[in-house]
Order: sequence, then structure tokens, then C-alpha cells
Amino acid sequence: MMTRETAFNIVIALLLLAAPIAANYAGETFYVTLATRIAILSLAAVGLNIALGLGGLVSFGHAAFFGVGGYAAGILASHAFAGTPLIFGLPGTQQMPVIWIVAVLFGGFAAFLIGLITLRTAGVYFIMITLAFAQMIFYFAISWPAYGGEDGLPIYVRNQFPGLNTLNPLSYFLLCYALLGLALLLFRLLADSRFGAALQATRQNDVRVASVGIPPYRVRLIAFTISGMFTALAGALFADLNRFVSPSMLSWQMSGELIVLIILGGVGRLFGPVVGAALYVLLEFWLGGITERWQFFLGLILLGVVLFARGGVIGLVAGRARHG
Amino acid sequence: MAEAILAIDELVKNFGALRATDHVTLDLKPGEIHALIGPNGAGKTTLISQIAGTIRPDRGRISFDGRDVGALSVAQRARLGLGRTFQVSSLALEFSALRNVMLAVQAVSGSSFRFFRPVMRDRSLIEPAMAALERAGLAERANVTVAELSHGERRQVEIAIALAMKSKAFLLDEPMAGMGPEGSSRLTGFLDGLREEAPILLVEHDMNAVFALADRISVLVYGRVIATGTVDEIRSDPEVRRAYLGDEA
Amino acid sequence: MTLALFLEQLLNGLQFGVMLFLMAAGLTLIFGVMGLINLAHGSLYMVGAFACAVVAAWTGSFWLGLVASMAAAAAAGAIIELAVIRRLYARDHLDQVLATFALILIMSEGTRWLFGSVPLYLDIPPLLQGTVPLPGGSRYQLYRLAIIGVGVAVAVGLYLLISKTRLGMRIRAGENDREMIAALGVDVATLYTLVFALGAALAGLAGAMVGAIQSVQVGMGEPVLILAFVVIVIGGIGSIRGALIGAVLVGVTDTMGRFLLPQMLTLFLPPSQAALIGGAVASMLIYLLMAVVLAVRPRGLFPAQA
Repeated sequence: MMTRETAFNIVIALLLLAAPIAANYAGETFYVTLATRIAILSLAAVGLNIALGLGGLVSFGHAAFFGVGGYAAGILASHAFAGTPLIFGLPGTQQMPVIWIVAVLFGGFAAFLIGLITLRTAGVYFIMITLAFAQMIFYFAISWPAYGGEDGLPIYVRNQFPGLNTLNPLSYFLLCYALLGLALLLFRLLADSRFGAALQATRQNDVRVASVGIPPYRVRLIAFTISGMFTALAGALFADLNRFVSPSMLSWQMSGELIVLIILGGVGRLFGPVVGAALYVLLEFWLGGITERWQFFLGLILLGVVLFARGGVIGLVAGRARHG
Repeated sequence: MAEAILAIDELVKNFGALRATDHVTLDLKPGEIHALIGPNGAGKTTLISQIAGTIRPDRGRISFDGRDVGALSVAQRARLGLGRTFQVSSLALEFSALRNVMLAVQAVSGSSFRFFRPVMRDRSLIEPAMAALERAGLAERANVTVAELSHGERRQVEIAIALAMKSKAFLLDEPMAGMGPEGSSRLTGFLDGLREEAPILLVEHDMNAVFALADRISVLVYGRVIATGTVDEIRSDPEVRRAYLGDEA
Repeated sequence: MTLALFLEQLLNGLQFGVMLFLMAAGLTLIFGVMGLINLAHGSLYMVGAFACAVVAAWTGSFWLGLVASMAAAAAAGAIIELAVIRRLYARDHLDQVLATFALILIMSEGTRWLFGSVPLYLDIPPLLQGTVPLPGGSRYQLYRLAIIGVGVAVAVGLYLLISKTRLGMRIRAGENDREMIAALGVDVATLYTLVFALGAALAGLAGAMVGAIQSVQVGMGEPVLILAFVVIVIGGIGSIRGALIGAVLVGVTDTMGRFLLPQMLTLFLPPSQAALIGGAVASMLIYLLMAVVLAVRPRGLFPAQA
């Protein structure tokens, strides 16, 4: 039996695939880029959804991992482009699969280190400290001139994927879409697994989790690390989309945006991040076309969602019940 | 006499100026129900929490199954076989009763750090969990979300979790609370048989149940154990009568 | 490095710390009493700075601007509290974060709408334009000393307010037991609006005073807000004393780190590299400080509730 939520998810997934393909054949590649942006931001938010949606960890610092992924792509590409070795004589690379692995590893490592400290705390402390650590990395990126400092780091030619012309907007979209699909699949498996059960239980009642013999801190730390990995992968894709990495990927606004995406779509829902990202990007595009002051109206809409439409869009469509 | 499975030695806990646990020494032997009674505020839950590990004592020793558990975390003690139920039900509210119990099964039956196999198709989790719910008398409500269960039913989920943990000792903090007379008498019968499986340290206000069940009773007043003995010894103990009749008559 | 330079940097750190205290005091008070995390506190700082700049330009008096900054920020705070914030007290922190994030967007863009994107400038009032001599021969800006003085005065004032007045008693009671003070007949809703407006006024004052040293522009509040978070995490959320000590610690560590680290590194590295690495590490110093404090005391130096 298919629930309304599943049906809705399938429609969204098909729309996100069909719209850019149609746009591409109509010659409107701008919309393909817009859809790519949606897919990448969705992926970043799927990562955050592991920590925030499943684990109830309100991380206001996920831009850190997004940025780490972005800089991994930028730094590797810049060394490959300039032909200079990275460190220990290792060369840079323009191969996306290698870049992704490096981005995921560093994103995971950063999340592990930050989680190690921040997960000792909870509630408001956790929010503020994740924000602070992301800000630390932000300031480091600004004050470290080797990779562009405040000005950011350009990627002169988009990195390559074997057998694919990544410069073709539709090809790059399909690549990002496939990775998003994989991430959603992994999210679903994770949510339904033993680990997912333990993680969702720590959100609801960590004393109970500890009392049956499962250590909540370790569960959260692993979840936070995995969460950072997903978001870092998205960061690497984002860098390649814009062919540019800058400290703005690490900014607190970016962290806030990622949270906003999830809330718009629906916290803890499989497709929450996708719906949220689509809504956010389209809203930004649509409002931006009407008024220069689109952020003002975006703020009003957000405020309305928080105060009056709890549960996000999927909550409105599928009712308030969470899966789990 | 058999070796105690749980032994508490000279435990002390202060909250500011209040001494919540005052040099408490007691133990739990295989096959027995040891009831802990005392007026409200006597420090019973504080004591249970120290045994389970949610509160750290200031002084004293807790040993379980032959080892000192004082430095272990809540989760580590639980994995050694200390099964606790809470005075105020403490469950994952958005999960069904079954999923709450399954969590306990997965905790004892191996690792919680498995990332792919869906739990809702995992018979090695579902079957033991259903069996525990069955024994706790809640099988037909297994798929109801805990948030929708009554207080009494939540107590049953707590019991089922303790069962599913295959505990070597149970710490039951007022399991009868909010159950109603019928439920209480059913639970009394159930606990009577449970002691064969693992001994029970029972905190309870329902004196009928305590007198019907307990092999030994310890009376806690202002954080101090004023008497330990059989039901008859406690009934006739002058200090207990003074503490209780002064308090509740 | 001369003694005078060292003293000057130390005073700069102190001045920075004092400014952070004004921000942190409001945040920590609002969290302690209402349990609310307010991201829009930086916007109130901005409102204060703009109000001061506009009124000072209009009347020619910095002092009137200063009064206006506190009045405008307090009024903005009260309006926000009445319209939005009070619906959030019973919500979880996620909703609070999101709603106050939305408020930042609205207030930042609204301010840009009204005043444009070009920064405004605010002159230091003539009375405070001079310098005072420092031991060691150099001179220090009187205005910065005045900021330190204001911060100390506010700290003393808050201490007196909270420990000696009826309002303070209610604030303390509100931190301990919300239901109880409501049951005792205290008008909790009004109390909350007052506390929020008070916190906003302090943020506005900070924004106005700093506006005369830096420029007044949209987005000036948020970096300070995040530093104020670091301050109250170090000091212990809900504690005014913790906010004061945390603020001075952060202000001095940051300023002295940027000043001393590159110089210290020249002992081991060539000057250009020392400046580079020293600068980068210095920018992370306060966060490392926070990590160390948390590792030792997860609830901060002065946890408000035992």
C-alpha cells in the first residue's frame, strides 16, 4: 500500500527530473542550472536531516561541512590546474570521484572533531557551539590567504567525471540528481536500520536509550559524522556548479539556510530536504524577479511557516504523523 | 545463603544541604524480591538512580554481579544486566510499544551500530519483543504509539523492556503507580513469578503488593535505612511504626 | 614591543570585551528568564546603530543619538516580543532559531530598504574626541575609555537592578520557577516584554557606541551576535556575572592574540609567514578557548542553575 507521502515523494522526484530535461530541450539551460542547485542543496540538507531530523540535533554549523567539501574540490582542482603538488608531493586532481572521496573524508573528519566537543552539550548550548565552530572555520578561511582568503578560489574548468561531459549542464544535473537519489536511499536505509532506531530514540528520550544499554553519545557522534559527510559531498558539487569556492559557503547564513530548507519541507521526512530546497530556490528566483527586496518577503514567509504551518509542506500534504 | 548479585555499601549522596542518601547499605540476592519502602521524599528514587547510574553518589560502593560498577555509565550498567523501570514512565513517545521493546532487544542481542537492514523486517528483533510484550500483557496494543497509551499501559511497556533486556536484576520504581486495582493484582501475580528469573529491587507504595511479594523489606526514611527484615519483622519493628504512624496516620 | 603598545592593545581588548558584554548580558538574561534563544539580537544592535546615526545627523547631537539608539532598540525589541517572540516561548529551540532567523532577514532587508546599502558614519562627540596619556609615552583614545566606563556602569547597574529592586526579584524568580511567579499574581507577560526590551536597549547602546568607531551598516550585528554566543557559552548561560567575565576573557584573548601571536611566531619563522600563520591562528583563538572551557566545564564557568 502506498501512503500519500510516498506518492507525493514520487511525484516530486519525477518533477525534479523531468523539468530540467524539458528545459534543456527547450534551450533554457538556465533552468537546468536552477534544478542542479536544487538537487545539490537537497543533498546538503539530506545530510543535515540525519542529525536534525532523525537525531534532533539542531546543528547551526553545517555550513562548516558544506564549505569543507567545497574547499576540498577547489583546492584539489587548483593544484591540478597549476600543476603544483598539494602536500607530501601528492598531486591535485580534477577527477570528481577522487574529489568526492576526499571531500567526504574531510567533511566526516571535521564533523567528528566538532561533534566530539559539541555533543557533550545539549539544547541551546549545542546550537550556539555548532554555530561558533562553523564561524571559526569561516574566519580561518578568510584569514588564510593561500587559497584566496576573503576573495575565494575559482575553479577555472569544471572537474571531470569519467565518460561524461560535465560542462554540459544537463549531464552535470543528472550526475547531481543521481547522487541525490543515492543519498536519499542511504538516508532511508539508515532511518530504518538498528542504528536509525537508536538514533531516533535518542531524540525522543536519551535516558531510556541509555537505560536499555545503548550509549547515546556514541550514537549521536556517529550520526553527526555521517551527516557531515553527506553535506560535504554536496559542498564539492556546489563548488563545481559555481566553479567557485568562497568563505560564503562557510557562513552562518548558509547554516541557517540549510535548517530552513528542512523546516520548509518537513523535519525528519525523507523528502523534506528536497521539497524544502525546491521551494526555497524557486521562491528566491520568483521573489527575486519581482522585487530586489526578496529577502524581506522570504523572511515573512518563513515566519509564517514557523508560526502557523508546523510540519512543513509534507506535513500539510501527508498529515502530521511521522514515519517511525 | 546465596551470594548477593547487587550490593550497595555505605552510599552517600548530598544535594546541597540535603542528604538524600545517608550511608545506605543493602543488597539483593538471587531469587528474592527486596522491597524498598518509605515515606515520600525518603530518597528511594534517588537511590535507584544511583544504582542505575543516572546520578553519581558522593561516596560509597555499588557492586553488581561481582564487579564494582561505580565508574560505569548508565548504558554500560544496563548491558551488564541491570534492568530499570522508571517511576514516571520514560519511553520513546513517538515509537510504538513494539519499537520501544525492540530497542531493548537490539541492545542485548548485539550491536546497535548496524546501518542497513531494516528493523521492521528483522524477526530476530520482533519476535523476542513481541514475546516480552505478551508476558507483560500488552501484545494486542503492540503497534500503538506510546503517546496514545494510557499510563497503566506505559507501565506495562516499561516492564516488557526490562524483560526483553534479559536482566540479571530488576530495579522497579513504583511499577504499580497509575495501574488501577485490577492491573495491580495482575502485576503482583506476574512479579511473584518473575523473581525466579531475576531478583527484583522493588520500590512501591502499594503496601498490599509489598506485603504479598517481598521476601525482605528495607525501610528508608530521610535517606537512611532504619530497618531491614522480613515482612513480619518490619510490621512489628517499633522504629518503623513510629516513622510510618507518625507520618501517615 | 613597548609597554605603551601592550597597554593600548590590552585596553582595546577590554573595550571590545565590554561591548560584547552589552550584547551578551541581554542574550543571557532573555535565555535565563524566558528560555529563548534569540538570533535577532544582532539586528537590535544594528537598529541601535542606525537610530543613533540618523538622529545624530539630524540633530547634530551624538548624545541625543545615543538616547535614540536605546529607545529605538527597546521599542523594536518590545514590538518583536509582542508580535512574534511571545508565541515562541512554549516552542522548541528549533522553532525559536528559525523564527528569529526569519526576523534577521526581515530586519536586515528592511533596514537596507530604508537606508540603502551605503554605510553611514557616525562621529565621535567633540567632548570625547581627545586622547589621554598612557604610561610609556603613547596616548589612548578618550572615546574608547568612555566605552569601557559605560560598560562598567552598565554591569554595576544590572547588578543593582537584579539584586536590589522589585523588578530584579521578579526576574530572578522567573529564572527559577515560571509557574510559581505566575501563581503569585505577577504579570508574567509584561515582565517578559520588559526583560526583552531591556536586553534590546543594551544591544542598541552597544551598536551605537561601536558605530562611532566602525561604520554603521546592515549585517554589522551578526558577527557580534555569534561572539556574544561564545561569551555566554564560556560564562554559563543565564549568568550575568558569567557574561561579564566571559566577555572580558573573549575580548582580551581575541585582541591580544591578534597582536601577540604573529610577534611570538617571528621567533621561529620568517616575518611574512609569522604574520600569516599568526593571523590565521589568532582568528581561531577564542573558539579554541571556548572548546577548552567546555571540555573542562560543559555548562560554562558560572552555570546559572546548579
